[in-house]
Amino acid sequence: MTRLELRGITKRFPGVIANQDISLKAEPGQVLALVGENGAGKTTLMNILYGLYQPDDGQILLDDKPVKFKGPGDAIAAGIGMVHQHFMLVPVFTVYENVILGVEPTGAAGVIKTKVARDEVIEISNRYGLAVDPDALVEDLPVGIRQRVEIIKVLLRGAQVLVFDEPTSVLTPQEVEEFFVIVKELRDAGKTIIFITHKLKEAISFSNQIVVLRGGQVVGSADPKTVSEEEVAAMMVGREVDLVVDKEVARVGEVKLRVRNLMVVDDYGRPLVDGVTFDLKGGEIVGVAGVQGNGQTELVEVITGLRQPAKGQVELLGVDVTFKSARERHALGMAHVPEDRQDMGMVGAFSVMENLILDSYYSPTFAGAITLKRQPIAKNAVDLVEQFDIRPPMPAVAASTLSGGNQQKMIVAREFSRDVPVIVCSQPTRGVDVGSIEYIHAQIVAKRDQGAAVLVVSTELDEVIALSDRILVMFQGRVVAERVTSETSPTELGLYMAGRTN
Amino acid sequence: MAEQPGRAGLDARDETLGQESVQGASVRAAVMQSFAVDRLDWRTAFLVPGLAIFSALVIGGLILMATGSSFSDVLSAYRALFMGAFGSWRAISETLVAATPLILAGLAVALAFRAGLFNIGGEGQILIGGLFAVILGFSISGVPAPLHITLALLGGVLGGAIWGAIPGYLKAKTGAHEVITTIMLNFIALRLLDYLLLRSFIQREGRNDPVSESILPSAQLPRFLTPVDPSLRVHIGIFIAIAIAALTQWLLFRTKLGFEMRAVGANPVAAKYAGINVGRSYVITMAIAGGMAGVAGALQILGVLGRATPGFSARLGFDGIAVALLGRSNPYGVVLAALLFGALRAGGQEMQATANVGIDIIAVIQALIIIFVAAPALIRAIYRVKASSAQAPISKGWSG
Repeated sequence: MTRLELRGITKRFPGVIANQDISLKAEPGQVLALVGENGAGKTTLMNILYGLYQPDDGQILLDDKPVKFKGPGDAIAAGIGMVHQHFMLVPVFTVYENVILGVEPTGAAGVIKTKVARDEVIEISNRYGLAVDPDALVEDLPVGIRQRVEIIKVLLRGAQVLVFDEPTSVLTPQEVEEFFVIVKELRDAGKTIIFITHKLKEAISFSNQIVVLRGGQVVGSADPKTVSEEEVAAMMVGREVDLVVDKEVARVGEVKLRVRNLMVVDDYGRPLVDGVTFDLKGGEIVGVAGVQGNGQTELVEVITGLRQPAKGQVELLGVDVTFKSARERHALGMAHVPEDRQDMGMVGAFSVMENLILDSYYSPTFAGAITLKRQPIAKNAVDLVEQFDIRPPMPAVAASTLSGGNQQKMIVAREFSRDVPVIVCSQPTRGVDVGSIEYIHAQIVAKRDQGAAVLVVSTELDEVIALSDRILVMFQGRVVAERVTSETSPTELGLYMAGRTN
Repeated sequence: MAEQPGRAGLDARDETLGQESVQGASVRAAVMQSFAVDRLDWRTAFLVPGLAIFSALVIGGLILMATGSSFSDVLSAYRALFMGAFGSWRAISETLVAATPLILAGLAVALAFRAGLFNIGGEGQILIGGLFAVILGFSISGVPAPLHITLALLGGVLGGAIWGAIPGYLKAKTGAHEVITTIMLNFIALRLLDYLLLRSFIQREGRNDPVSESILPSAQLPRFLTPVDPSLRVHIGIFIAIAIAALTQWLLFRTKLGFEMRAVGANPVAAKYAGINVGRSYVITMAIAGGMAGVAGALQILGVLGRATPGFSARLGFDGIAVALLGRSNPYGVVLAALLFGALRAGGQEMQATANVGIDIIAVIQALIIIFVAAPALIRAIYRVKASSAQAPISKGWSG
């Protein structure tokens, strides 16, 4: 028996075919990874499965019977559960209140049977090993636990097919591991799991079958036991992809950025960054590895002038900039690719052209004493869009309409096009498709080869290892290890990331 | 792959002619489109507001009919409304007189809105601006009219700017929400005026009630339709208001300061990361917005009222919020919206006088227009208008 089958699903939007003749099958107890670049049609397909869109052509079959969903209500009733990338929870409600929201067991006069509801939630979380306190407030829970609440929600609604949209993008490495333990648990209980991802390693490690989408079509499917990351990447992108960053031996120059005994404390005086000291030299890439939330964000904020340290010193090109503004550091020669592109790196409502001058609009190149110089601004945009292959190549469109990868290329274009000696990149490729990752990595290495000092902060250990000449590992605000990349291993670094001390 | 990025392209002189012309064309195209992400397409600019006005008039008519008027009564009332707004020199004059301060009050809201601030304080800024103008208007004597008018207007700008900058500063320094502080400053301005109007240096001699000295003739704004009819009140303030609207458009889209304001308004976090001083932007924005509202107050004093009385702002500051909404925070949209509201106000007087329909119905119609404009989905659903792709939000709630 086939639990879920899609036959020839086609969905057209004005001007694009989002899904074209897509067919796939999933059995009970199967984990299917749906991979593809941004814009490959993964989300559209899942929205069709969830009843948010109706296909123009094709059929959905559940247990070999054709079904039609007019909305998510129909899909849920038929046993399809969706866990979105951004959770749909009420923060001020407790776990069990969130779980029963919309399907409250009620007695006379609509009074909620609290005990029945709690017991149901506890029963489900025990059955599938989803340890959650039913009475905890959701706002107090870490992201990984919130995801469990979402899973309990769909299970309570009788889901047989569980769809996860980028389930690991917001999780820490430990939470990712725990998540896949849960997935195994669900699989063994006979559920069908579909997870959408562009992390190839996860697709290969945790699925029974990989289906690759490109340009709205299924371009292949692969057995994760026999396929390599490179092969899947090539299918996704449509050409050979180099997942290894090519770089020559670093020609290290003089110190460009000197960080001394940096302390950052939170509002309660607890240390977030605790005595960090390092030098960054021209011509080298230094990576900062660590699980999210171990002080990397605050360290970058202090280095780039967005936050004041409690103690310590930052020296840029021999100038003490500890108390200088972000603008002054920028002018002195620092570029910054912030960790969250949508919130920190760009103004979505602005055009690509405006975003490309977001931090240099005031410079004599782009502005006089009062007014902006429209011609140079436009020329800058046309040039950068071409050089950095930003698509669509239209400087006038609003940045919010670009795909994540192109938004990131736009930010990288803005920061890298200036001839600056020090570059700080936070999460340079988070949520970016494979093709853009390759491109951005190459740009970072190119900057280093031109003599820039580059600091790369990333929670993806693979990325840090691939790019860096030297690696600092942060744990609880401290640098707990410093290693030359060629003399260490992911295992060793992983141990330091998990808190091992020297 | 590792192509050398750089701003080398900025200096394109050494490129071949062929490339130059291709690139020149795309640069020109980019210039034309670029800063016009904001350019309104006709559908957003006119169709939805037009249909909103039409719908509001229909519902207003239904309300009249439900309360005892016949269909022909409604038609004659609306005819009187139209004639009172546009049907004669007097009508046009009154429409413009009413529209003049509304343009500026609307701009004061629209500019702040673009910069991420909800300026509810137009009322207080108008009062303080008007207060400064009236003091300068009666206390300086012996200067030529152009100078006197300029001084009094600048006084209005200064008063409004101070009153606007206070909430901007409080937000920048302490995070106090401008909606709360501007509302409170409205009350303070209102009562401060009441108090000052009874002080001897402002109160008109020989009066016990709160009324200021009258401004001197040299501070009065010239009325430019007096050759047609000496009683026509329209004054040069309308040109000042329209010029300030044009200046606002220029400020927002052509200047460094406007770029900063719009960046802060659209994404304050990204603006901060780009090195923009967000707090400074709040203070400057509120000072400019307050200054514009201050001019509205000054124009009322120097062009229409001639003296200050308690609450002379007459809710202009609040109507400015409606005007900014209807004009979608676009300076030229604000001008058109203010003209419409001015027309409704002028026509409403005529409607009340000749068709015996209370002017209160005009307030109802104005409110209905705003509801329809604030909920464009409603109009689209009724008339099956397709949404335009570049839909600028006209309200974004209370988030600061």
